Amino acid sequence: MYAQMIKSTGKGVKALEDMDPQERAFQERIDAGGKIEPKDWMPEGYRKTLIRQIGQHAHSEIVGQLPEGNWITRAPTLQRKAILLAKVQDEAGHGLYLYCAAETLGVSRDQLTRDLLSGKMKYSSIFNYPTLTWADMGAVGWLVDGAAIMNQVPLQRTSYGPYARAMVRICKEESFHQRQGFDIMMKMAQGTKAQRHMAQDALNRFWYPSLMMFGPSDKDSVHSAQSMAWKIKMNTNDELRQKFVDQTVPQAEHLGLAIPDEALRWNDERGHYDFSEPDWSEFYEVLKGNGPCSAERMAARNKAWDDGAWVREGLLAHAEKKRARKLAAE
Amino acid sequence: MSSEWPLWEVFVRGQHGLSHRHVGSLHAADAEAAIRNARDVYTRRNEGVSIWVVEASAIAASSPEEKGPLYEPANDKVYRHPTFYDIPDDVGAM
Ligand SMILES: [Fe+2]
Ligand SMILES: [Fe+2]
Repeated sequence: MYAQMIKSTGKGVKALEDMDPQERAFQERIDAGGKIEPKDWMPEGYRKTLIRQIGQHAHSEIVGQLPEGNWITRAPTLQRKAILLAKVQDEAGHGLYLYCAAETLGVSRDQLTRDLLSGKMKYSSIFNYPTLTWADMGAVGWLVDGAAIMNQVPLQRTSYGPYARAMVRICKEESFHQRQGFDIMMKMAQGTKAQRHMAQDALNRFWYPSLMMFGPSDKDSVHSAQSMAWKIKMNTNDELRQKFVDQTVPQAEHLGLAIPDEALRWNDERGHYDFSEPDWSEFYEVLKGNGPCSAERMAARNKAWDDGAWVREGLLAHAEKKRARKLAAE
Repeated sequence: MSSEWPLWEVFVRGQHGLSHRHVGSLHAADAEAAIRNARDVYTRRNEGVSIWVVEASAIAASSPEEKGPLYEPANDKVYRHPTFYDIPDDVGAM
């Protein structure tokens, strides 16, 4: 997902009886569907795991602007350009909502930025793939935002108040993202032979990377069990991936495009589609920073940060001068 | 120089006459820039017609430990709610 392979305490879930009164009250509040707010007591593991998770989610929104930003100047019509611009601007907003939520946990914005730029913190594997043709803008909106929605909708009920509220804002904006992507795919799929071919090619390249977004199976992971007990993870990776496949296959059929999976078929007994797993060794390579565009993405973020330094410093100096002038006049 | 822009809390009043509501926060060098940024970050879809920004460090907040003393006294004052009073049906709307 936008947050993949998040480590928690690593110790597994403690039973209520083994908790001290403070931790027990905290867990019971979560079990009862209550919210944890910034000033409330919380276990260190909860705080740290959330900073990692929300931070990684924020970084993904920010880095996620790059593959789509790549096509803004080359959108086929003025309207498509305006739409893509609005969509990418939304993603910047999503990053900002999430950074603010993370900051309520006691980490600074600059620290989060430094950890992204040094490679210490990760962002979603999906944004390390290139966007080669205009049809990729369709595939990204349809599949990548579609997969993100699968994970973000349940997170609106997450236990940490500021995170849940950020998710509510984000979810309101996401369905525009997915629809504009699907709209591009429809246009291409109904277009000339060459356009249909581009649409199919985009689906072929983005299908498995989209399935990877949910992360490898976490049925037996102690980290996931703890995160689920804390309600900062609402579903297992496999659950969400299955849901995504079940939702997307009929949409591909509507487009007249083929999902690039020979093993894909409806399983009447399970009431779900059977499908092939992505190549997880590729996923781990991408996560290690060896994705096709990993170096390019990191270079772009570092350059933006360095190039913007004089603006950040200049505006701060200007604000201080203004404040001093106002004080002197009083 | 690594000093961070200060954090501002953002409040937006929608079009329907309700009070300003807290919508989130952002960093900006000064109040003017904070309002400009708030416009871009929090009102891209006509969410509001008025923006307040307050430096986060200027906000005083009650602490969770005060929850008991602050809010519990309200619990035993049910007579403050209209439903406490039984008014006969034939009196009409009241
Ligand atoms: Fe987003
Ligand atoms: Fe999106």
